[in-house]
Amino acid sequence: MKKIQVLGMGCAKCNKLYAAAEAAAKELGLPYEMEKIDDISRITEMGVMMTPALAVNGKVKFSARIPANDELKKIIQVAD
Amino acid sequence: MFKPVQLFADWLVYGLFGLGRDTLAGSSVNFFVFDTIKISLLLAGIIFAVSIIRTFLPPSRIREIILKKSRFSGHLWAAALGIITPFCTCSAIPLFLGFIQTGIPLGVTFSFLVASPMINEVALIMLFGMFGFKIAAYYALSGFIIAVVSGLIIGRLNLEHLLEGFDPSKKIQNISFGAEMPWGERFAFAREYTWDILKTVWPYVLAGIGIGAWIHGYVPENFLARWAGADKWYAVPLATLVGVPLYSNAAGVIPLVSALTEKGVALGTTLAFMMAVTGLSLPEFLILRRVMKVKLLLVFFGIVGAGIMFTGFLFNAIVK
Repeated sequence: MKKIQVLGMGCAKCNKLYAAAEAAAKELGLPYEMEKIDDISRITEMGVMMTPALAVNGKVKFSARIPANDELKKIIQVAD
Repeated sequence: MFKPVQLFADWLVYGLFGLGRDTLAGSSVNFFVFDTIKISLLLAGIIFAVSIIRTFLPPSRIREIILKKSRFSGHLWAAALGIITPFCTCSAIPLFLGFIQTGIPLGVTFSFLVASPMINEVALIMLFGMFGFKIAAYYALSGFIIAVVSGLIIGRLNLEHLLEGFDPSKKIQNISFGAEMPWGERFAFAREYTWDILKTVWPYVLAGIGIGAWIHGYVPENFLARWAGADKWYAVPLATLVGVPLYSNAAGVIPLVSALTEKGVALGTTLAFMMAVTGLSLPEFLILRRVMKVKLLLVFFGIVGAGIMFTGFLFNAIVK
């Protein structure tokens, strides 16, 4: 089970990344769970200073961007 | 450098469209075509280059650099690094907390917070494209000084007690990516980012240049000098106040302002207006309200606003 976490306080780009990440995970066909982290103290605790950011199972993978579908898939697939 | 663009604009407008060189319509349309292509090329090229630099300087790296500096040079570095860091109101809070919670002083953090939106590459490119190198440099230098001085003042005032909504002593995880990024990824990031910006700003740029071209051709010279010339004391404060709510339209505002300057608005007034548009904004105010009391926000806006007006008056007084 991969826990895909999108970090951001509800700006337009955060919602876009959330949708893109969910679409990528669905296409991969592996078990996953989406989580939206919009609590600012949790975001900073995880070390993120630019939103939106994406973490898989608590590990931050990138921030301040929305990668293309195939890159997202790769990131989600190799994450443990 | 833009000679081929001018040749193309001439060919298109005077040749293909058959508009007369000396007619108002001809010169306005030519102005529009030339500026649109020139600004688009500048935007694409420079945003791409800045994005590549950015991949080497993610916020965590910037934080490390600033932390190692002494108090005063910390302000200078914070303002300088703020210039190349993209600023979006939705990232303002995590950035702010990320600085404060690792021990960067409040004043130094504000130097960064002032420079980052005010001196951004889109504003600088547009100023360079529409006003030339000198004005863009004046703008960048004044913005830099305002950022450093505002930060120094806020640091002196010891306002840490006006922060709220978070625990400043809480330890945070230090993660860093970007340092070992391969070049392919850097290029992909830059391409993505450039495209993203161009997609957002092009309607404003087109509208701004369009209206600018119209004013350029149809509004009489010095038409506005009567109301907004250098001798009108109220022009600078008024321009600053009007500029604050216009945040999202910075890309469209510059071509417009360039046309207005041509028609008699004084340069200092123009600079003050531009700085208010980029440097102070209501969405920023609202979002920063989540981590600081209104009093600190008012101090911040007051000091930056005063700095902007001072710059405006100064340029109106010295540039004739």
